[in-house]
Amino acid sequence: SIGKHQEGLVPSRRLGNVRGAAGPPSPPGRRARPPAPGAGRLSGAAREELRRRLLGLIEGHRVVIFSKTYCPHSTRVKELFSSLGVDCNILELDQVDEGASVQEALSEITSQRTVPSVFVNRVHVGGCDHTFQAHQSGLLQQLLQQDPAYDYDLIVIGGGSGGLSCAQEAAVLGRKVMVLDFVVPSPRGTAWGLGGTCVNVGCIPKKLMHQAALLGQALTDSRKFGWEYSQQVRHSWATMTEAIQSHIGSLSWSHRLALREKAVTYVNSYGEFVEHHKVKATNEKGQEALYTAAKFVIATGERPRYLGIPGDREYCVTSDDLFSLPYCPGETLVVGASYVALECAGFLAGLGLEVTVMVRSVLLRGFDQEMAEKVGASMQQLGVRFLRKFVPVEVQQLERGLPGRLKVVAKSTEGTETIEGIYNTVLLAIGRDSCTKKLGLEKIGVNVSEKTGKIPVNDEEQTSVPYVYAVGDVLEGKPQLTPVAVQAGKLLARRLFGGRSEKCDYVNVPTVVFTPLEYGCCGYSEEKAGEVYQAENLNVYHTLFWPLEWTVAGRDNNTCYAKIICNKLDNDRVIGFHVLGPNAGEITQGFAAAMKCGLTKQLLDDTIGIHPTCGEVFTTLEITKASGLDITQKGC
Amino acid sequence: MATPHAPPPSSAAKQTELVWSSPACRQLIRNHSLRGTGVLAWGPAAGRQCYDLLVIGGGSGGLACAKEAAQLGKKVAVVDYVEPSPRGTRWGLGGTCVSVGCIPKLMHQAALLGGMIRDAPHYGWGVAQAPHSWATLADAVQNHVKSLNWGHRVQLQDRKVKYFNVKASFVDTHTVCGVSKGGEETLLSAEHIVIATGGRPRYPTHIEGALEYGITSDDLFWLKESPGKTLVVGASYVALECAGLLTGLGLDTTVMIRSVPLRAFDQQMASLVTEHMAGHGTRILRGCAPEKVEKLPGQQLRVTWVDLTSDRKDAGTFDTVLWAIGRVPETASLNLEKAGVHTNPVTGKILVDAQEATSVPHIYAIGDVAEGRPELTPTAIMAGRLLAQRLSGRTSDLMDYSSVPTTVFTPLEYGCVGLSEEAAVARHGEEHVEVYHAFYKPLEFTVPQRDASQCYIKMVCLREPPQLVLGLHFLGPNAGEVIQGFALGIKCGASYQQLMRTVGIHPTCAEEVAKLRISKRSGLDPTVTGC
Repeated sequence: SIGKHQEGLVPSRRLGNVRGAAGPPSPPGRRARPPAPGAGRLSGAAREELRRRLLGLIEGHRVVIFSKTYCPHSTRVKELFSSLGVDCNILELDQVDEGASVQEALSEITSQRTVPSVFVNRVHVGGCDHTFQAHQSGLLQQLLQQDPAYDYDLIVIGGGSGGLSCAQEAAVLGRKVMVLDFVVPSPRGTAWGLGGTCVNVGCIPKKLMHQAALLGQALTDSRKFGWEYSQQVRHSWATMTEAIQSHIGSLSWSHRLALREKAVTYVNSYGEFVEHHKVKATNEKGQEALYTAAKFVIATGERPRYLGIPGDREYCVTSDDLFSLPYCPGETLVVGASYVALECAGFLAGLGLEVTVMVRSVLLRGFDQEMAEKVGASMQQLGVRFLRKFVPVEVQQLERGLPGRLKVVAKSTEGTETIEGIYNTVLLAIGRDSCTKKLGLEKIGVNVSEKTGKIPVNDEEQTSVPYVYAVGDVLEGKPQLTPVAVQAGKLLARRLFGGRSEKCDYVNVPTVVFTPLEYGCCGYSEEKAGEVYQAENLNVYHTLFWPLEWTVAGRDNNTCYAKIICNKLDNDRVIGFHVLGPNAGEITQGFAAAMKCGLTKQLLDDTIGIHPTCGEVFTTLEITKASGLDITQKGC
Repeated sequence: MATPHAPPPSSAAKQTELVWSSPACRQLIRNHSLRGTGVLAWGPAAGRQCYDLLVIGGGSGGLACAKEAAQLGKKVAVVDYVEPSPRGTRWGLGGTCVSVGCIPKLMHQAALLGGMIRDAPHYGWGVAQAPHSWATLADAVQNHVKSLNWGHRVQLQDRKVKYFNVKASFVDTHTVCGVSKGGEETLLSAEHIVIATGGRPRYPTHIEGALEYGITSDDLFWLKESPGKTLVVGASYVALECAGLLTGLGLDTTVMIRSVPLRAFDQQMASLVTEHMAGHGTRILRGCAPEKVEKLPGQQLRVTWVDLTSDRKDAGTFDTVLWAIGRVPETASLNLEKAGVHTNPVTGKILVDAQEATSVPHIYAIGDVAEGRPELTPTAIMAGRLLAQRLSGRTSDLMDYSSVPTTVFTPLEYGCVGLSEEAAVARHGEEHVEVYHAFYKPLEFTVPQRDASQCYIKMVCLREPPQLVLGLHFLGPNAGEVIQGFALGIKCGASYQQLMRTVGIHPTCAEEVAKLRISKRSGLDPTVTGC
């Protein structure tokens, strides 16, 4: 709602309340309060019906005020509109039979429980204070003057996973939709088509390169399984990237096709707000066009960060460049310990390259640190070299070429020691920055976090400007994952245009790091669980395991690891799931679904394993960490 | 039927409070002897030994039960004896799982690796198609199995479980006579006896030459030489798995199916499985039954069969004929009638109740030998462990045989849990069942341009909200890994709506399960497009 997010305008206590309680595991603050007497008694169907009627009312009138006859704030608001000479549609909740139910339904729509509750041209302005503030800032007049004949019902800025899913869903619901997407070339000049990070420079190419690396491992294994070939197997970077780029090309094409089929207007231009409800779109040639819309969705995502040291933009590459690099990167230094860094280091090593990873502090920050260290150890086994507690200070070019030769000077984070290394390629993977700076957001007053550059939203993905929403990686404090953005975008469109109420659920989102040995997780890390529930209230069950396929291949029997974290105080409910092993992605998905359904340790014990798989290990976990018992593996 | 804590019947009633201690057992035997139960072999014969629990059969279920009971402080013995197959194949401790569980999965992996070698050039690896050496694979797999056999022995020793490599038969309700390979007899008595002898492949003995020239899954994986051109007869999962992996290793392979493949599995999935196999080089003869196997000069076998629809006869030449037409429970040599243990006269399997007890309350049966149980390793293991825990009063929990997930390791793996579409419709009526489905393309298939036309998922749900999930069926790579977690969700009583609220893991195959939106009823195209 507008109320919660007019941060700049209102030093609102409610804002603090809602934010404070909005951490993923706890219910939103407003739900923590008991419902009003008589409210919430309606059956699901009746509530849905009431909701539809309310939305109809809001959609169908220029100004709607939900009010109570005895409420002085309501009276002030009504007086304001009457002083402006604006006709209002007023519903006095204390005068209608179902007033309490209406108030409850309203609070579900707007996150505001109190009256008055004011809507102008379908936008929820908020309560009394917010309406007056909107009046002072001119926003209210703008909303009132709003020409209903905008060019579009919805303009989505950013054609990645979240933006496209939102745009397509809105179009399916009969709305007139535009997508503005423009890829600013990387410092090395790499650019790509529609589809965003995931398709072009993220999930898709990295999983395919990971697969290429796995196939290299499979080739080694296959000799043990009886496949006979004598020749020295070499890898061709060019063959691989061409195949991957051609697949990406087809995906990008199918995205364009899908937009066309759904009659979404796609413009390959850079979008930026120039005033309320209006964006300027600039294309490659610098030609500008202006478009207006009733609602906007910002889904511009993020781009890799640079170090800000001499030589970084000139000589280093990022994940934006790597997947379409026209030559084999050769000996590579990967700077960073994010999942992007480790994934790239992993597949490059798997393809037979010399790889060094330079890590400032911890691996996979934010992930379970025991698992992160195990991921690192498994990569070391594969020959990846780790330089811990160093940061680059300068990159010099020694030789031009494809690849050339670069000298990297790095200094210790703990002392004065400096080291030098020579590499063919330096890949920066130290983090990503939101693309929010050049969107003209300040012109319309969309709040952007100063520290992170991200956009704070409420639980309906609404920004501080009521008609502007945001999904995907630009959001503050939300998981940065394709399926999350897809789901959020789709649900947002349904709420905006489909009269639905379902919100995106950001709790227990599973994720997988596609390092050579994959790491899948869902729920809490051990550290976070300890913080939230106290270590003594947790049971941590764990075991090492040996995938059957690894036995004959002669791979290590005590590398793969499974761990669950259970809350003793809640029936041993599984609150954290972690697996390091082959196909962790495929394994984790179902367990994430089970966690959504309230998985407990007892249920794991009662479920029969599928033999012989890796996933079955979770149905026979017996040893707790607290017991200190041996978890190394023996038989079948 | 008796509860697990009930004392042995009749004469033992007075020992109730002593049940489970060895002195009680000895007392019991003395009573038996004094009362002249007519067992001559009893008395103070050398070699008679007395246990709290005797497990007959050292397979997955039996070993799990024995180890668990020993862990809980019981005096336990396991007797195990592998009767050589008609072709003379035998193996060590560990039961069938190693021969129809782990080994086929390893062979399946070998076949999958063959596919990966074909994929590799598309991903930039400079490798040409390679020939396959059966001997290398067999050697590696057999070494692994031998290490497993050994591991089982060590585990029994560690837990102080006495192991006898003898063939067991009942003498009376508490006593078993074990005969070693050398003909030496041992008498073993126990308070409780668990039968976990499993099953062995069935031979179609009415077919001329079947026994002499055919082999079964018991033998296949122990062959030193490649089986060569092979005819697999049968439509069970064992048949399809064997045929699939042989094809994958580059052998000319034919499957002969009398009626339908994978009976009792979802039939739409079953036909996709065979369609995929047919599309990848396995020759499938439907509606045919073998009549005769003859040995030709040289080593080849000539098989004559009849096409059951046209009644036409046909013949072919093979190097190996593999029977995979089902399994027979190993009960014949147990002398069950001596103990009064009842079997189903049709199946030969031992009748059990929910406590796994047979018609004799202190004799139990678990695993493949028990009537109406899923023939799966983890089921037997869990049933065995729970039984041991109940027998020692640790729990009263019964084994839950519903919603058992399973996977068929055909070249394209098929994993499932819960009801097939047919079973759901039969139970709830077509108008109350909603089926969501999708044809999807695994990302890894794109680069090598593998055919994904059989990669398919379907979720069988009740139609009424919140649409309880009745069954889940997944056909594609790593199906076992995909299904395991969802099986838990279904065990938790997952609804369609709950599963759809699960965020996917991108890019995986499993995420397609969480994205099933098209119902069969809608008639819309279930092909997943885009990312």
